[in-house]
Amino acid sequence: MGGPFATAFSLIASGDPALMQIIGLSLRVTLTAVLMACAVGLPLGAALALARFPGRGAVIVVFNALMGLPPVVAGLIVYLMLSRSGPFGSLALLFTPTAMIIAQTLLILPIVISLTRSVVEDLWAEYREQLLSLGAGRLRAVPTLLWDGRVSLLTGVLAGFGRASAEVGAVLIVGGNIAGHTRTMTTAITLETARGQLGLAVALGIILLTLTLTLNAIAWGAGQWARGRLG
Amino acid sequence: MKIARDIAPPILPLSLEDMGYAVGGKTLLSGITLRIEAGQRLVVMGANGAGKSLFLRLCHGLIDPTQGRRRWASDEARAEAQAMVFQRPVLLRRSVAANLDYPLALKGLPRAARRETVARTLDRFGLNDLAERPARLLSGGEQQRLALARAWAMRPQVLFLDEPSSALDPSATRIIEEMVAQFSDEGITIVMTTHDLGQARRLAAQVAFLHRGRLIEHRPAAEFFAGPEAAEARAFLAGDLIW
Amino acid sequence: MTHARRFILSAASGLALIAALPATAQDFITVASTTSTENSGLFGHILPMFQEETGIEVRVVSQGTGQALETGRRGDADVVFVHARAQEEQFVADGYGVQRFDVMYNDFVIVGPGDDPAEVRMAADATAAMTAIAVAEAAFASRGDDSGTHVAEANLWAAAGVAPAGRWYLSTGSGMGATLNTAAQVPAYALTDRGTWLSFENRGDLEIVFEGDPVLFNPYGIILVNPERHAHVKAEQGQAFIDWVTSDEGQAAIADFTVGGEQLFFPSAA
Ligand SMILES: Nc1ncnc2c1ncn2[C@@H]1O[C@H](COP(=O)(O)OP(=O)(O)OP(=O)(O)O)[C@@H](O)[C@H]1O
Ligand SMILES: [Mg+2]
Repeated sequence: MGGPFATAFSLIASGDPALMQIIGLSLRVTLTAVLMACAVGLPLGAALALARFPGRGAVIVVFNALMGLPPVVAGLIVYLMLSRSGPFGSLALLFTPTAMIIAQTLLILPIVISLTRSVVEDLWAEYREQLLSLGAGRLRAVPTLLWDGRVSLLTGVLAGFGRASAEVGAVLIVGGNIAGHTRTMTTAITLETARGQLGLAVALGIILLTLTLTLNAIAWGAGQWARGRLG
Repeated sequence: MKIARDIAPPILPLSLEDMGYAVGGKTLLSGITLRIEAGQRLVVMGANGAGKSLFLRLCHGLIDPTQGRRRWASDEARAEAQAMVFQRPVLLRRSVAANLDYPLALKGLPRAARRETVARTLDRFGLNDLAERPARLLSGGEQQRLALARAWAMRPQVLFLDEPSSALDPSATRIIEEMVAQFSDEGITIVMTTHDLGQARRLAAQVAFLHRGRLIEHRPAAEFFAGPEAAEARAFLAGDLIW
Repeated sequence: MTHARRFILSAASGLALIAALPATAQDFITVASTTSTENSGLFGHILPMFQEETGIEVRVVSQGTGQALETGRRGDADVVFVHARAQEEQFVADGYGVQRFDVMYNDFVIVGPGDDPAEVRMAADATAAMTAIAVAEAAFASRGDDSGTHVAEANLWAAAGVAPAGRWYLSTGSGMGATLNTAAQVPAYALTDRGTWLSFENRGDLEIVFEGDPVLFNPYGIILVNPERHAHVKAEQGQAFIDWVTSDEGQAAIADFTVGGEQLFFPSAA
């Protein structure tokens, strides 16, 4: 496998602007989607952990099941929503990075919600009376629990990041794989595979894997550091 | 030395009227009628499983009685000016100082006042060197001290303590006892449970004795220790198993 | 709690980032085209010239022919640039497109294992070639995705009077590249457009075993999506692109495009 590795390395070393643009877009789309999913999913997951309402069990089961939502289906839903003939067509978002972010957010939101719920639920069992005693009601407990569960939550966020950065089905459908505009690492890999440029495809795969590895290493290191520092 | 505990209206006495608690059809506590007066130092005693922790949680308002009433003088459903140190206190995953700051922020104290209180509390409880340390990594004794400091910083009128020194060595136990005594001197009403007879003798002004979820004796400490009326309490003091 | 505040702040700035994203929209049109056209590299060759001249950026969404036409029908593209004549004419007849213009053609070729077990090289015409494969029950990899290439293949089978089925007929249900990758592995025969074939590197044992029959010609048409149906269609810029592609200059640019020294597309605008 010396070939693809050498290709990957020389690709990086060449600083090819098209490649850099693709890497940049991939990171921007995925990281923004993770951020959005967290902004929505962390509070929602925590609320789901603390709230008691009829049908709560069903909601939990649905979110757990949605973790397995096929990316293509998520993409298709967003496509139909954003298409000019769809309800949000006038926003002209189809085939833009924003559409890709929306699709990926939809894809990882269930992961963030479900993992947050499970982490916060466990923590709440331990903290409930103490927090109540200190004067924090359920609502006020949400940020406290999220903050104290941050190391475990990081795992969920990373799982979401992994799913988003690896998927191609959704971004291909809603992004259109437009060169220089919505082409990401994964859609470029798909394209190069279709062109029979397997060496280049594998090289791109290696770069993608390296990026994912680096981000995971950073997150893991941060988690270890926090665990050591904060108990 | 008596320090006026805030401008808040007095919440004591706390009146328990035929209070009981049942869960899943099982009665765990029943028929408890008791008045906890301001300035009181009440020690709740009883065997394991007698219902002491449950009693404190009911008083503190963490759970509500399923029978009878719990009434504060201030007529609040759950009085604000109270604090509790749990049998196993939960410290937040942040620094010692941040743990002290947390309940103060919840009370809506302005930042400057909080900083001032945290500094004073750290000082008073000898926690200055530990201020920036992660609370979860403190030793058991240090954690208990922090839990006590956190409760104190909340300026409660009444402080509930559930076996505050059950897991500590004699010298740490002594430190905790001294603190509780000081709190009492400051005017804080104390309601605590303990298994340590010596500790009960040293701290109690009043004793409430629980047996199988019932309050079977409530008397001044001196009388209680001189000779309890109930046979179960006598057996308990003698160290005989009663269950 | 300061942590919570910091958290909310970063979340909010994230949202602001999203909101700022679509602000890049300048002068561009969206063209729905086929994967094979994109894969050949043709667009990379001609689009910079067009943009240089007009300042209009062309964003090409490459899809299967059926999907590209559907994209046009839904109004998600300004221009459709595909190769499926009958469907294109239907598209215009249904009122989704304004008018179809001829642009160019390329041709299909039959590729297969070098040792040619079905002796396709001996065939007199494309129909005979397909018959030979079916009679020999030699492995054949089909797109099976209703793409223009798949439709052309189906027409050839029909002309040969063969209903392809059986273990030798592999319907991949995927794009040209993926189908060629499969054919190279098996190895199997396959029908492919010359453009994809020339730029395809993972050929394994495959070679062109049949080419040149006029029925294998593959005409490309370009259509402006009807602004009367989708008011947001950038008719002016879209028409400018169509005019340029069919102009002498655009046609010359198409003829100029080569892969490995071979011309892939042959101008055919009137
Ligand atoms: N939520 C609950 N559901 C069922 N039983 C409970 C519940 N909470 C407490 N109990 C039971 O009520 C009884 C009293 O419990 P409690 O914790 O008050 O005992 P305690 O007097 O504090 O004992 P210890 O000295 O061991 O701390 C025990 O038998 C306990 O098992
Ligand atoms: Mg107990």
